[in-house]
Amino acid sequence: MPMQKKSLLVVGGSSDIARATALAFARNGWNVTLVGRDLDVLTASAADLELRAPGSTVAAARLDILDTAAFAPFLDALPVLPDVVLSAVGLLGDQTQAERDPAHAERILRSNFEGPGLFLGLVAERFEARGAGTIVGISSVAGERGRASNYVYGAAKAGFTAFLSGLRNRLAGRGVQVLTVKPGFVRTRMTEGMKLPGALTAEPQELGEAIFRAVARGRDVIYVRPVWRLVMAIIRAIPEPIFKKTKL
Amino acid sequence: MEISGWGRFPRADCTVRRPRDEAAVRALVLSGRAIARGNGRAYGDSALNPHLTVDMTAFDRMIAFDAAAGLLTVEAGVLLGDIVAAFLPRGWFPAVTPGTKFVTVGGMIAADVHGKNHHAHGSFGAFVEWIDLMVADGRVLRCSRAENPDLFAFTLGGMGLTGVVLRAAFRLTPVESGWIRQRTIAAGSLDEAVDTFERSAGWTYSVAWIDCLAKGPALGRSLVMLGEHARRDELDDGRRAAPYTVPEKRKRRVPFDAPALALNRFSVRAFNALYYAKGRRGAGESLVDWDGYFYPLDAVLGWNRIYGRRGFAQFQCVLPLDSAKAGLRLLLEAISAAGQGSFLAVLKRMGPQQSRFSFPMEGYTLALDFPVGAASLSLLDRLDAITLAHGGRFYLAKDSRMRAATLEASDPRTAAFRRMRRETAAADRFASLQSERLGL
Ligand SMILES: Cc1cc2nc3c(=O)[nH]c(=O)nc-3n(C[C@H](O)[C@H](O)[C@H](O)COP(=O)(O)OP(=O)(O)OC[C@H]3O[C@@H](n4cnc5c(N)ncnc54)[C@H](O)[C@@H]3O)c2cc1C
Ligand SMILES: NC(=O)c1ccc[n+]([C@@H]2O[C@H](COP(=O)([O-])OP(=O)(O)OC[C@H]3O[C@@H](n4cnc5c(N)ncnc54)[C@H](OP(=O)(O)O)[C@@H]3O)[C@@H](O)[C@H]2O)c1
Repeated sequence: MPMQKKSLLVVGGSSDIARATALAFARNGWNVTLVGRDLDVLTASAADLELRAPGSTVAAARLDILDTAAFAPFLDALPVLPDVVLSAVGLLGDQTQAERDPAHAERILRSNFEGPGLFLGLVAERFEARGAGTIVGISSVAGERGRASNYVYGAAKAGFTAFLSGLRNRLAGRGVQVLTVKPGFVRTRMTEGMKLPGALTAEPQELGEAIFRAVARGRDVIYVRPVWRLVMAIIRAIPEPIFKKTKL
Repeated sequence: MEISGWGRFPRADCTVRRPRDEAAVRALVLSGRAIARGNGRAYGDSALNPHLTVDMTAFDRMIAFDAAAGLLTVEAGVLLGDIVAAFLPRGWFPAVTPGTKFVTVGGMIAADVHGKNHHAHGSFGAFVEWIDLMVADGRVLRCSRAENPDLFAFTLGGMGLTGVVLRAAFRLTPVESGWIRQRTIAAGSLDEAVDTFERSAGWTYSVAWIDCLAKGPALGRSLVMLGEHARRDELDDGRRAAPYTVPEKRKRRVPFDAPALALNRFSVRAFNALYYAKGRRGAGESLVDWDGYFYPLDAVLGWNRIYGRRGFAQFQCVLPLDSAKAGLRLLLEAISAAGQGSFLAVLKRMGPQQSRFSFPMEGYTLALDFPVGAASLSLLDRLDAITLAHGGRFYLAKDSRMRAATLEASDPRTAAFRRMRRETAAADRFASLQSERLGL
């Protein structure tokens, strides 16, 4: 009997990081399901991935990460429970607007924390029952210390990072790996038009390959570009009386 | 933001937008005069418009492949290198490829690029089945030899000035391996080089490097390199076991703006070594992998910085067969007398081609680059004059400084191109710094 191909499911499947990660897995012989809100876009990306990685099957499915009630039925309807589930969902939003408009702030909090966290929580449930699986959450260095320029997004990512760390702690020794990815800057739709510092900015392909390797090696936390581990250590170490006066 | 072509001359402060779907492209096109941009590998100002430059690299999806016909359908921003990566393992290779794999399909169509096989297979356009083009009023027209045939023909080689290419379908060519069987022939003079090309018409690929420093009887001293896709039965057992796998190249990067001479010094030395080796041993055959054979410069990322901050200008012309030898001789004499070296030039034989505005025509094409400066710019004017006097024309994908009058005098098709632009209203919507400089 031929060996069953391993499979990856990605929510936030339309993001540049998701596509690059899906390609890294598909090139290594995995089947992929891209999940998100716009089925047309996802279907086109699925066709692209199948052409770039012949032999892999890439499917598309619809899910809104703010629709928590849909999570369980969605997971139950999957033909097979995937080996790896990744969330690349995120919403940077507009910090200034979020300061005045609670509805916008709520949307940022729910899109980056509540939605992805609760979804991966239900996945964890099923992985634990099976005794195997890998959960990957793309959080951000923005969650390591709140800054004036994006603290609503940052707070949501901080929550998500803590949630993933809790899952990892809970599932250690039960065959379930939890990988937290904390990229610094990545050249994607989210950062389009921003001036990004070259040496600190990763390409989506870099993330895709780094995530594939980290899953294969059972890693817990990666920053993708190692320099970010140092940068964030410094930022975390700045005493609050000084930090509060900085513009970072 | 300040951008430039690959030659880093000229640079211009351009508003750049990167649309992700058709509706976004339409909104941009309808907002004023713009030019599409692919991966910025044209050397000069073909893909620059200060008012609005439409970066098409987010249109990066492959759409379909029909293995029976070898027909690949992609969005315009897909990179040639990604096509090779995806399809060579399945036995397919681009039917025509330029000397770098870092170009988009949209850019290949707009420049109607040629490869080392032009004499045998023509330009990229010969393999394009259809193009989906967004025209001046925002409609998307399917253009092919049957549908909108004029627009199809003008878009090949039209340098983005007919509209924005959104998608296209083109044929790949089947290959048995990722290896090229290469034969290198040392030619002691220009006449010898040309005669070698004429004798080698049966080879699929041919190209020559000319040593621009050679003078007198050695003028045009060159290495002519002929190539064929290697068949399985020409590979040793090791390679035959995995015929499409070639050793991974180590990428080198030019990290800063280097002084102008490094690349040429290096390449001239390599040239001489090879030249004398071939001269001694006579023509030699070797197996070269596809990447090293077609894209030797791609192994040095950012090599365009080697010329320093002022950038460099490319010159590429094609001379008709009957005046080629005489014209090439004058071009090489002017180059070697000016001592402005480009120390290596590239010479190719082109086959016949009917087209509305594409560069290739039957004859010989010569390409070389110069660091930008007053002396080299005046040399380029002299090269223009020699080309004109010999009935030749110029490659717009390489040009950054030609005068409108030179283009007009070199190419009687210019008036018809301009008329088409007026009649389709393309002139109101699509313009680049180059089209404005050249009065297109
Ligand atoms: C090292 C090197 C070697 C080369 N060798 C060769 C060679 O051997 N033969 C050859 O023919 N050329 C060669 N070229 C030139 C290159 O192939 C062409 O300039 C090609 O057009 C570059 O494609 P691009 O995607 O980078 O386009 P750009 O440089 O971004 O744009 C080039 C032109 O294409 C137009 N364009 C781009 N995308 C679109 C689109 N979607 N819709 C409409 N118009 C569009 C632009 O408006 C512009 O006029 C070489 C270039 C380099 C740097
Ligand atoms: N780019 C960076 O510099 C950077 C740095 C650190 C971390 N990250 C994180 O990396 C991840 C990927 O982001 P990206 O940079 O690739 O940007 P992106 O393209 O904007 O990706 C965001 C993704 O989230 C999806 N999404 C948002 N709200 C959703 C919802 N309610 N339901 C379902 N999907 C939803 C988007 O889908 P639609 O297409 O439907 O909108 C999109 O796929 C995000 O978590 C981001 O926070 C990015």
